Amino acid sequence: MSHTADEGPSSPSAGGRPGARRPARRRGEIVRSLRTYLIGLGLAILITVVAFFIARTTLVWQPSIPVALFVLAIAQMGVHLAFFLHMTSGPDNTNNVLALAFGVLIVGLLVVGSIWIMANLNHNMMPMERIMQMQRMG
Amino acid sequence: MSDTVVGPRDPYHIGSDDRASWRDPHSEHAARDLTSKRIIVGYGFWIFLLSDIVMFSAFFATYAVLSGRPPAARAGRTCSTSTSSRSRPPACCCPASPAASPPSARGPTTICSITQHGADRAARAGFLALELNEFAGMIAIGAGPTRSAFLSSFFTLVGCHGLHVTLGLMWLLTMMAQVFAKGYRPDILRRVLCFSMFWHTLDIIWVAIFTVVYLMGVGTVQ
Repeated sequence: MSHTADEGPSSPSAGGRPGARRPARRRGEIVRSLRTYLIGLGLAILITVVAFFIARTTLVWQPSIPVALFVLAIAQMGVHLAFFLHMTSGPDNTNNVLALAFGVLIVGLLVVGSIWIMANLNHNMMPMERIMQMQRMG
Repeated sequence: MSDTVVGPRDPYHIGSDDRASWRDPHSEHAARDLTSKRIIVGYGFWIFLLSDIVMFSAFFATYAVLSGRPPAARAGRTCSTSTSSRSRPPACCCPASPAASPPSARGPTTICSITQHGADRAARAGFLALELNEFAGMIAIGAGPTRSAFLSSFFTLVGCHGLHVTLGLMWLLTMMAQVFAKGYRPDILRRVLCFSMFWHTLDIIWVAIFTVVYLMGVGTVQ
């Protein structure tokens, strides 16, 4: 979220002193951010390849496949958050992390709650044939 | 006064030792305003993106409920061709996923060159073409969104992501034009920051769609 090198050429702290240190530091920042992106890209590709492999493999116990895919998806989202959206534990990111935690809470409530409630309703519902029968009688 | 506080350009950054200087309201007014403005813009846009994610999670919940484990629940409503067509999306979207999952928008550094954004745009346009092709194929065999509640939820979920990609492509074109015409001004860089956050968040949503709809779809069909 907070990029290291995105203040551009008109950064005020450097504007007063066009020193000789500036270009070197700038190049260092670019190299560092490029390395971060490349590590993230490598991890993202790795997880994608593993997910493709897992989805069709017959090597493992079949019911474990959705769980593995789910875990890989969470890992992929974590990679995106850490390397591409730059979520850190730094003081400039506290608000972003708190907002993310709240978002994850709401998303979890919505998805898990919906599936749970609907499965419960489905479980408690009369079988379809009985309903049809009653409708025909009534 | 300005000579005493030189330090790193971003006083909010981790490891910065002049944290006390931005607590002091009289030092480095300009730097404080600029950095906090960028952070506030990013934070506000992040709140918007989280609300977008919450909206998508409602679509995900609908899809998950309607594609529930017992296939008998939807067998009566969906035609048999639509179940077989569910096995087709993974095959037809395989080439789209490398284009979508490694996000190549570099963010607001000076290395985000226009050619690189152009390559990203071409990849996403190809992704959209594949998705539209898949939709057209499903509608052609009678598995359109009006067929069943399950297919409605499928088209809503995937189509809403496609709509976001379309809007993002327009935004990308606008940002390319603005960077080209106005250069890397601080306000332009803040817009590029927002755009890159939007693009990467869209990738997170795509990871979820890809896993839930396509990869898990392979498992249930087999």
